[in-house]
Amino acid sequence: MKNEYDVLVVGGGPGGALAAWTAARLGLSVCLIEKRPAIGAPVRCAEGIGKELLKSFIEPDPRWVSADIKRARIVAPDGTTIALDENKAGAEVGYVLDRKVFDRELVWQASKAGSDVFVKTRAVAPIMEGRHVRGAVVECCGKRQDVRAKVTIAADGVEAKFARWCGIDTTIPLTEMMSCIQYLVTDIDIDPNSNDFYLGNDVAPQGYLWVFAKGERSANIGIGIPASKNKPDMRARDYLDRFMRENFPNGKIIECIFGGDPVSRPLPCTVADGLMIVGDAARVVDPITGGGIGNAMITGRLAAEVAAKAIAQGDTSKEALMPYDAGWRQAKMGKTLERNYKVKEYFITLSDEKMNTLAQSIEGINFSEITVMALLTEIIKRNPKMLLELKGLTHALI
Amino acid sequence: MLQIHREICGYCGACVSVCPEGALELVDAYLTVESDICRCCGICTKACPLGALEVTDEE
Ligand SMILES: Cc1cc2nc3c(=O)[nH]c(=O)nc-3n(C[C@H](O)[C@H](O)[C@H](O)COP(=O)(O)OP(=O)(O)OC[C@H]3O[C@@H](n4cnc5c(N)ncnc54)[C@H](O)[C@@H]3O)c2cc1C
Ligand code: SF4
Ligand code: SF4
Repeated sequence: MKNEYDVLVVGGGPGGALAAWTAARLGLSVCLIEKRPAIGAPVRCAEGIGKELLKSFIEPDPRWVSADIKRARIVAPDGTTIALDENKAGAEVGYVLDRKVFDRELVWQASKAGSDVFVKTRAVAPIMEGRHVRGAVVECCGKRQDVRAKVTIAADGVEAKFARWCGIDTTIPLTEMMSCIQYLVTDIDIDPNSNDFYLGNDVAPQGYLWVFAKGERSANIGIGIPASKNKPDMRARDYLDRFMRENFPNGKIIECIFGGDPVSRPLPCTVADGLMIVGDAARVVDPITGGGIGNAMITGRLAAEVAAKAIAQGDTSKEALMPYDAGWRQAKMGKTLERNYKVKEYFITLSDEKMNTLAQSIEGINFSEITVMALLTEIIKRNPKMLLELKGLTHALI
Repeated sequence: MLQIHREICGYCGACVSVCPEGALELVDAYLTVESDICRCCGICTKACPLGALEVTDEE
């Protein structure tokens, strides 16, 4: 490992990989460090991603696409099911990835583009000159060394310790940290082309439970509930185990993962002098779905592009890096995050009865597209009385 | 003090970012607590999907 790079990327998830890949492609010297011994493992994800979003970064490859999803089903507390079908809706649903392989592929691409990659190497402190971040002290197999960089990209995921060490408050309130657990279950009867979402205070209070197909007879079955909803005798794990007993009693659990998914608003500012924050560390997870792979890649790529310009101009101050922060906020991603945060805030106030009524009003509709707005328009068209119910939501959206 | 039940912990990090003091960290796939920063508020115990954290009376 050299002692000096243009860009140091902390974290080898999709955000860090895209940052390193892009920066290397732009001709910068790049170092990516990952504290775990292997990229992509253990995976902390249900592995769902939109097709078009994925394709804007990399061509899908059967080596890391586990399932091509044609349908999404949302199951209300009373069992009413809203089916969103790719064929009928004309809008893509998504893929379920094999992230162990996918994350490795992204880092492999970064490496092929020229980035140095080090696993089992973690940042333990930033190198600061006044308020300017100049790289990190890294530790590899017990050995510490300074790695100086013109720009450091914090892509360390939900933990977000690096930015915190640099003086940025990355604390997540308990109500906005989704406490998640997931089993990879085999030998079960599922629709191999469907991703199913179960709602309701009994199933997953203020969150949802998912069954994402991973092939013919296996699925990622998991749950996320706000950490504040965990009770000593009823934690995320207890909800999931109960669902498994009731729905897949004979399924074989071959993997078990846990994790935190931040569904807060993004950090108020994602840059500082010499520092850029991307992906989960920047809290750019979709507040409704908890999906963050795509947004991590979007922010990773944009951060590297802005870093390259700033480095070329010899100015890596907060001001020079600001186009990154402004860029993603003004783009579709930033606007969607803001809107979906408000939608989430509305949905967590709904009782099971109201959720059932909502689902009943839209059951059986053929949507022309699968978006929140399309759903709302249809609900109001079919059931104008719902307009009053949805006042809070429409207000949030306009 | 904050007790980490290592036999339960899945080393996922969900607790790390809810700690207002920044006292928790995942080091080499182990959850560690900086006892001189931790003020035993118990916030992190709520975030764990498995119940691996506990604030006990022990000093
Ligand atoms: C249970 C669960 C289900 C999910 N399901 C989905 C889904 O279906 N679809 C979706 O889009 N998103 C999903 N997400 C969210 C998704 O996993 C994340 O948004 C995504 O991985 C974020 O990518 P990232 O690169 O920002 O962070 P990560 O993928 O978390 O990568 C961060 C990396 O940084 C490393 N690191 C941390 N600290 C250091 C350090 N000090 N030094 C070096 N390395 C460090 C970590 O080891 C890690 O590898 C889910 C999350 C959870 C918990
Ligand atoms: S008890 Fe409070 S201060 Fe201590 S680690 Fe947990 S959240 Fe942090
Ligand atoms: S949330 Fe629980 S399982 Fe995850 S690291 Fe913290 S104590 Fe361990």
